[in-house]
Amino acid sequence: MIVPRPQLNFWERLYLPAIWNGFKVTLRHFFRKKVTMQYPEERWVVPPGYRGAPYLVQDPTGRTKCVSCQLCEFVCPPKAIRIVPPGPAVDPAAGNVEKRPREFEIDMLRCIFCGLCEEVCPEEAIFLLQDYSLTGTRREEMIYDLKKLLALGGVHQDKIRKWERKAREAEAQEVFPVGRT
Amino acid sequence: MSAAAVVTSPAPPSSDTVNVTVDGRTVAVPRLLPDWRGKLVPTTMIQACEQAGVEVPHYCYHAKLPVAGNCRMCLVEYGLPALGPEGQPLRKPDGSLAVKKSPRPAIACATPISPGMEIYTATPEVQQMRASVLEFLLINHPLDCPICDQAGECKLQEYSVEYGHAASRFVETKVHKPKQVDLGPRIMLDDERCILCTRCIRFTRDLAGDDALGIVNRGSYNTLAAYPGRAFDNPYTLNTVDLCPVGALTAKDFRFQMRVWFLKETKSLCTSCGTGCNVLIGSRENRILRYTPRANDAVNVCWLCDHGRLNYRWIGRPDRLRQLAGSRLPAPTWDAALTEVAQRLRHAVPGSVAVVASARLANEELYLIRRLAQHTGAATDIVPRSGPGDAWLIHADKNPNSLGAQRLGISADPAGSRLSQFAAAIGQGTLRTLLVFGEDVTPRGLGPELLDRLECLVVSDILPNRTTERAHVLLPGCAHAEKCGSFTNVHGRVQRFFKAVEPPGGARPEVEFLRELLQRVSGEPQPDTAEGLFHRMAAEVPAFAGLTWAGLGDTGAARPPEAERVRPRADATAG
Ligand code: SF4
Ligand code: SF4
Ligand code: FES
Repeated sequence: MIVPRPQLNFWERLYLPAIWNGFKVTLRHFFRKKVTMQYPEERWVVPPGYRGAPYLVQDPTGRTKCVSCQLCEFVCPPKAIRIVPPGPAVDPAAGNVEKRPREFEIDMLRCIFCGLCEEVCPEEAIFLLQDYSLTGTRREEMIYDLKKLLALGGVHQDKIRKWERKAREAEAQEVFPVGRT
Repeated sequence: MSAAAVVTSPAPPSSDTVNVTVDGRTVAVPRLLPDWRGKLVPTTMIQACEQAGVEVPHYCYHAKLPVAGNCRMCLVEYGLPALGPEGQPLRKPDGSLAVKKSPRPAIACATPISPGMEIYTATPEVQQMRASVLEFLLINHPLDCPICDQAGECKLQEYSVEYGHAASRFVETKVHKPKQVDLGPRIMLDDERCILCTRCIRFTRDLAGDDALGIVNRGSYNTLAAYPGRAFDNPYTLNTVDLCPVGALTAKDFRFQMRVWFLKETKSLCTSCGTGCNVLIGSRENRILRYTPRANDAVNVCWLCDHGRLNYRWIGRPDRLRQLAGSRLPAPTWDAALTEVAQRLRHAVPGSVAVVASARLANEELYLIRRLAQHTGAATDIVPRSGPGDAWLIHADKNPNSLGAQRLGISADPAGSRLSQFAAAIGQGTLRTLLVFGEDVTPRGLGPELLDRLECLVVSDILPNRTTERAHVLLPGCAHAEKCGSFTNVHGRVQRFFKAVEPPGGARPEVEFLRELLQRVSGEPQPDTAEGLFHRMAAEVPAFAGLTWAGLGDTGAARPPEAERVRPRADATAG
């Protein structure tokens, strides 16, 4: 397809009116409120509900809430999550929860901060918190492992605490804790 | 000839069929059908619905187990032809038979059909009954799906979604039962999840012949338990894990290893004995995580022995042979290695070459070895392998393809009897080149000192052993899970297996490099697919005549004269 060049008239070929219009825009902005922020000295206030980086949380007793059900790994659209389940050995420290991840990695370069992992998690163990500025000097640094994710996630003030409730109930019925016939 | 003709019993004559109507569709179903023992018994409503293509949800019913009828999930409504005062069938004004709906529902799994019966599975009443049964089942269920290995293949989950209520009305405290119960060496039990269907009990008592499981306590305290003071341990325990519709019985081997929805399932065969049970290999990212049985009524029905099911770990062993090696290897490439071996075979004096093959190789591979032996005038044999067998699945022949090796003329009669001749010939110096495929010959009379006297020892194997250590040319091979081919089981059934995972490092399937080697030795092109090789083998070897690769299907096929032995279970449990 051939697009014919527009024929410019005398005023247009002069360019001066266009330059003058540009100056007018610049001048207007001189007198407006300033919006530029002096990042990183000055930081933005993150609004509530903001979807930042996904981190793992602990409950108030310090238990890793994640039970390695791998639903987030399944739902994650860019496959940023990779979980190593604990395997068959009985973990006495896990109590009636029985299961927790042996390794948990999130590739923050892949994560698209969609929040599906938080939505799918049946244990309220993963939350998209407020971190938006993730930096690293190597790609490997951007793969956050279990320790790092737990340290960054902190404690979740959980109201339900179903595992503790189950353990209490079982104890009251004298079927506590596990493995007793 | 086709697989289906062998597996299913011939269709009964039409006088032996009964017309029933399922949700308005009339179907003719056989009056009698084989039960779990293979004995003909009256057809039940659930079987009629199955034949009509209507799914009736069920927990305790299993086609290969005795009927128990305890879960009530299969409740349906039905009607029978209405009879007049003299017992004569009543007719509607249009002349068709009048049907009187029964005032009460019935369990489809244990109610026999009768002529003219109408079964209703989609009425609002049936839907309500299903929802109510599920509500009862969930009263004391712990709902710990996030930590339950069954999640994703759990019938309680599936039916709850399909037929249940979304919310629970139960506000009281649930009854708690023992969790993490160490039932036996391979099984872990979670009593809270058990829905008391007794499938595991019936299998263990009636099929495995080991009355080890039972239900103790009463009412909502009903608890599945093993006989006190005894571990649940027989050669078939892990089948209860497949049977358990929920996550009460779980395999320790697979416990907390991977969620089932990540598993890729590949149709394959168990290689631990000559029965050739059909399995599905569950793998994720080149790691095999479990074997589960695949139904084949002519071989394993839907069971596996524990040993065969757990015998897969070696495939992922870190010391697998991955690289070409050996002192005669001119360059570390397959091309150089095969050219070197072919060179030696082409110039060998007839009678100076022998091949020890393995009955763990596929039919196609053994066929290539047969051709190779024909071209070089080599004598061949296999290494027999036997162990304890039983009257059910476990066969005393521990090679998966002994019969294939025999029919292809690879194995001597009896198998392994030529190995001593090979040893003598090496001692005399007449046997100078030995090819060993997938076996350690050192414990079989071909000790290290004899192997050291060979001019050329070509070995292909999967794991290192004393024979591979001495190889002049070592070719790393593949496990059956890493390639595609067929085995002939001890009853003459030829069955296919497919590739589930990639071989490690530079290892290659035997079928590939044997084909290239044969091409170099014979100068003739060879088919480059398992299918092509199978067809050439079928054309050439009378024992495979008439079989086709596609005709083997999922469950395999045998040549017509060979009567298939479907082994009913009753004989083994008697006594
Ligand atoms: S969904 Fe939640 S509990 Fe499950 S693996 Fe992910 S973080 Fe853990
Ligand atoms: S353990 Fe499983 S198979 Fe056995 S009775 Fe309970 S639910 Fe049924
Ligand atoms: S399947 Fe019929 S009662 Fe359980």
